[in-house]
Amino acid sequence: MSTVSTSSAADDQLRPPVPPSSVTLRINGEDRTLHIAPWTTLLDALREYAGLTGTKKGCDHGQCGSCTVLVDGKRINSCLTLAALQEGSDITTIEGLGQEGQLHPLQQAFLDHDAFQCGYCTPGQICSAQGLINEGKARTEDEIRELMSGNICRCGAYVGILNAVKEVVDAQQASRR
Amino acid sequence: MSTSSSNTNYVGKAPNRVEGPAKVTGAAKYSGEFEVPDLVYGVVVSSPIAKGKILKIHADKVLSLPGVLQVFSHENVPHQAWFDRNYKDDVAPGGSPFRPLHDDEVKFSQQPVALVVADTFEVARYAASILEIEYKEEKHETDIESQRDKGHAPSKGKSGYKPPSSRGNAAKAIEKAEHRIRHEYIHGTQHHNPMELYASTVHYHPDGKLTIYDKTQGVLNCQQYVTKVFGLSKDEARVINLYNGGAFGSGLRPQYELFLSVMAALELRRSVRVTLTRQQMFSIGHRPHTLQTLEMGTNPDGTLAGLKHYALHETSRFEEYTENVVNWSGMLYQCDNVQLGNQVAALDVYTPQDMRAPGAATGSFALEVAMDEMAYAAGLDPVDFRLRNYAETDQSEKLPFSSKRLRECYRQGAEKFGWDRRPLKPRSMREGNKLVGWGMAGGVWDAQMQKAAAKASITADGKLTVTSAAGENGTGTYTIMTQIAAETLGLPLEAVTFKLGDTDMPEAPVQGGSWTAASVGTAVQKACLAVADKLLKQAKKMDDSPLKGADLEDVEFVNGLIRLRKAPEQSVVLRDVLQVSGERQIEADSTAIPNLLNMARYSMHSHNAVFAEVQVDEELGTIHVTRVVNALAIGRVLNPKTARSQVLGSVVWGISMALMEETVTDHRFGRYMNHNLSEYHVPTNADIRDIDVIFVEEEDPYVNPLGVKGVGELGLLGVAAAINNAVFHATGKRVRDLPIYIDKLL
Repeated sequence: MSTVSTSSAADDQLRPPVPPSSVTLRINGEDRTLHIAPWTTLLDALREYAGLTGTKKGCDHGQCGSCTVLVDGKRINSCLTLAALQEGSDITTIEGLGQEGQLHPLQQAFLDHDAFQCGYCTPGQICSAQGLINEGKARTEDEIRELMSGNICRCGAYVGILNAVKEVVDAQQASRR
Repeated sequence: MSTSSSNTNYVGKAPNRVEGPAKVTGAAKYSGEFEVPDLVYGVVVSSPIAKGKILKIHADKVLSLPGVLQVFSHENVPHQAWFDRNYKDDVAPGGSPFRPLHDDEVKFSQQPVALVVADTFEVARYAASILEIEYKEEKHETDIESQRDKGHAPSKGKSGYKPPSSRGNAAKAIEKAEHRIRHEYIHGTQHHNPMELYASTVHYHPDGKLTIYDKTQGVLNCQQYVTKVFGLSKDEARVINLYNGGAFGSGLRPQYELFLSVMAALELRRSVRVTLTRQQMFSIGHRPHTLQTLEMGTNPDGTLAGLKHYALHETSRFEEYTENVVNWSGMLYQCDNVQLGNQVAALDVYTPQDMRAPGAATGSFALEVAMDEMAYAAGLDPVDFRLRNYAETDQSEKLPFSSKRLRECYRQGAEKFGWDRRPLKPRSMREGNKLVGWGMAGGVWDAQMQKAAAKASITADGKLTVTSAAGENGTGTYTIMTQIAAETLGLPLEAVTFKLGDTDMPEAPVQGGSWTAASVGTAVQKACLAVADKLLKQAKKMDDSPLKGADLEDVEFVNGLIRLRKAPEQSVVLRDVLQVSGERQIEADSTAIPNLLNMARYSMHSHNAVFAEVQVDEELGTIHVTRVVNALAIGRVLNPKTARSQVLGSVVWGISMALMEETVTDHRFGRYMNHNLSEYHVPTNADIRDIDVIFVEEEDPYVNPLGVKGVGELGLLGVAAAINNAVFHATGKRVRDLPIYIDKLL
C-alpha cells in the first residue's frame, strides 16, 4: 500500500490567474471585443465568449480537427492558439461561410453528398476543405483524402466528405479554365 | 400509406437530411453549447489510481483563487438517494451503479473524484489542474488475462441479455468430424469516442426548476435518473437533447457529467456547465476486452458437424455488464450440435457499456474468422461453405425467420465484388509489390421494436408537427420521421416538422439497438393515421363531400388531398377540410407496441454479407483496405441516403476494429495509456477507399407495420472478419488478435 498525492504547486507558488482584459478579434468580418483572460484559447473564446458554437471542441489537443477555423485564409486548429494572439487576424468560422438559405458551395455539397451523420465534426471539415481549396494543392481524390486527414469523423462519413470536396474543387477548377 | 405513385410518397426516397442545413452551418446546438444566463463552469478531477482510498482533498488552496466557487467531493457533497435502485437507469446491468463523489473509495482509474466550479472555464480548469489530493493505493487487477480460469456465468444480466442455449453434443460431434479447427480470438478494450465530448448544461431557473441539456441517447432515461437520485419531480427536471454529436452506445446510460452538473446546480442554485475532456471520455464505459474460443468440425459433405463457442469478457467489480457474444453462433448456421458459453470476470475497471452492435461485433468477428479457417481446413470456398450450412430456420429459438434474404446478400455481394474470380489459395494475387487478398464474412442482428409514442398536430394552414422524445445521433431520425409523417398525411416535406429529444414529449425508448426506425417510426405513422381519421371525419361533414360513407381504409392522403382509393378523382383538399372544420388544430397521440404474437411466432433478424479486398506491402506489412462491398437485408429502407451513410460509417468502424482500434492498458497502473485521439487510432479520410453498399430487397410483413429492421449496427458485422480473412488470403498468415498491427504480420 502506497500513498500517492497529485502534484500541486507549493503554497507560495500558487498565484492567482491573470484577470481578464479586452481583446478585439475580427471574426467573420466583424470586430468583436471580448472580455477574456490571456490564457483563453481561440476555440473557447469563440464558443464561450463570442456565442459562436459552430466551431466544435472534440479533443482540445489539436488531434481531431473539429475546431478548425480559417485565420487569414489558412486553416488552423483553434484549440492550439490563444485568442489574444489573433488580434489583427481575419478569422472565419463556419458561421461566416454561409447561413441557412445562403449556403456556401461546400456546405451545399456536404448536404447533397450526405457527408456527415451526427454533424459534430462537420463545421471543422468544411472549414478545413475551404483551407485546402485556398492552398490550391489538392486536385486528385488521393490528394484530397490525404489533405483532409487532419479532421476525424467518427461517424465515418469519409466517402461523402471526399465526394463533396471533390465536387467543389472540380467546379472551381472548371470555372478557372 | 398510399398505394399509387405521387409526389408526397417519400418513404424509400432519398431526400437530403432535414436537419442538414443546421449541421453544415454550425447552427445545430449540442448539449454543451446552450447559452443560459449567469452560467458557471465545472471541471472534473479524475483519479490517477485504479483502486484505493481518497485520504484528503486539499480544497482550501484552490478555493482561495478568485473565481473559484466550490470544490465538490465526497467530503462535502450532501448524500443523495440512499438505495441502489435510485441510481439504476433504464438500461443498467445488474449490480450496484457507480455513484459519483459518494465516498472515499476509488474503484477505477480516472474515476471522477472532484468537481471544481468557477465563474469561468479557464479558472475552473486551472484550479482542477492544481487541486491536491492524497490517495492510499491498493492492489488492483485490470487484466482479463489473469482471469482465464476465474470467469463465471452472469447471474443478474442486464435487460436484453439471453443466456446462450446449447443443443446436441458438440464435443462428440467435433471429435468424430472429418475436419476440425480450434482457435482463440481476442480483441482488446475499445472506446466509443464520439466526436462530441460528454457535456451537460443545466439551466437553473429562478423557481428552482432545471432545464438540462445533456448529451445522451435517452432523455427520459436521464430524467428518471435525475428525479430518483435528487428527489425531484419530473416537472422540476426537464431534459433536452436536440442533437447528439455521435454516441454509438456511450449515451445509453446517464454519464457522470449529468450527475455532477445537476448536483452543482442544485447546491449553488446556479446554472452550471460540465464538459468532459477527451481523456475523461475513456472513463465512461467501453467495449470489453474479450477472449473467445471457437471449435468446429465438418462432415465429409462440408456441413457443420459441431460448433463450440466460448467467451469471457470483463466487467467491473460493482456491476455485472453482460453481452450476447456467443448466441449468434447458435443461429447463423445450420448445426445440430452446438455448445455455447458466456462468462464474465470482474476487474478494477469502470463498467463496460454497449458499443455499436454490442456482443455481435465481438462474436461475429470470432465466428466468421473461424468459419473462414474451417472452410480452408475443409478445402471449400468460404461462400460455398456458408451456403452449405445456410440456416433456413432459427435453431436456437426453434422458429422460422420472419424474413431472411441472406442468400441474396451472398449472391449480390459476391457478384458486385467479383468473387468468382478469386483463387482459393492464399498468396496467389499480387499488384506490384503488394500482396492482394479477398475475404468475406457476414452477420446477423436482432430486428427489434420497443414501445414508443408520438403526437401529431396539424394546424389550419396545413402545417404538421410531430413529436416524440426520441434521439438523433446522426442516424437520420429527423429525416425519416419527417418522411413517414409527410407520406402518411400526403403533405409536402416542407410542411412537416418532426421534433425530438425533450422529456416533455411523448415517450420513446433510448436510441439504441437499431430499433428507433421501427419503434418511433411506427408510433409516428400511427399518430398521423389518428389525425387522418379525425380529418376524414371532418371531411365527411362537408357539404357535398365525395367521401361520405368512406372509412379510413377507403381513402388515401396524397398531394394535399384526401381521395377515394377506388376513384382518385373523387377528392377533397386537405386545407379546405381544416378551414371548414373551424378547428385551430387537429391533433392525436398514439402509442405503438410490438406485435407480441408475431414475436412469438417468428425469429426476427437482419443479415448481411461483407466482401473485402486488402493490399499488404510484403516488406513493410502495411495493410490498405482497397475495396469493401457490404450487402444487407434490412427489410424496408426508409431513406437509402441516410441508411447508406450508416453502412458506410459501419464499414469504417469495421476497418478500424480490424486494423487500428484498441485501448491499451498499462496494468502496472491499471490505466488506459492512449486516452487521446492521437494514440487511440481511428481511420482518417486517407485510410478509406471504395465502399459499396447494397440493400437487398426484403419484404417483411411480420416484423413491424413499417417492415423495417434497422441498420446502424448490422452494417458493422462481418467487416472486421472479412478484412481479417482477406489479410489471410493475401499473406497466408492468420492473425487472431485484433487489431492486426504491422508487427503481427512481419
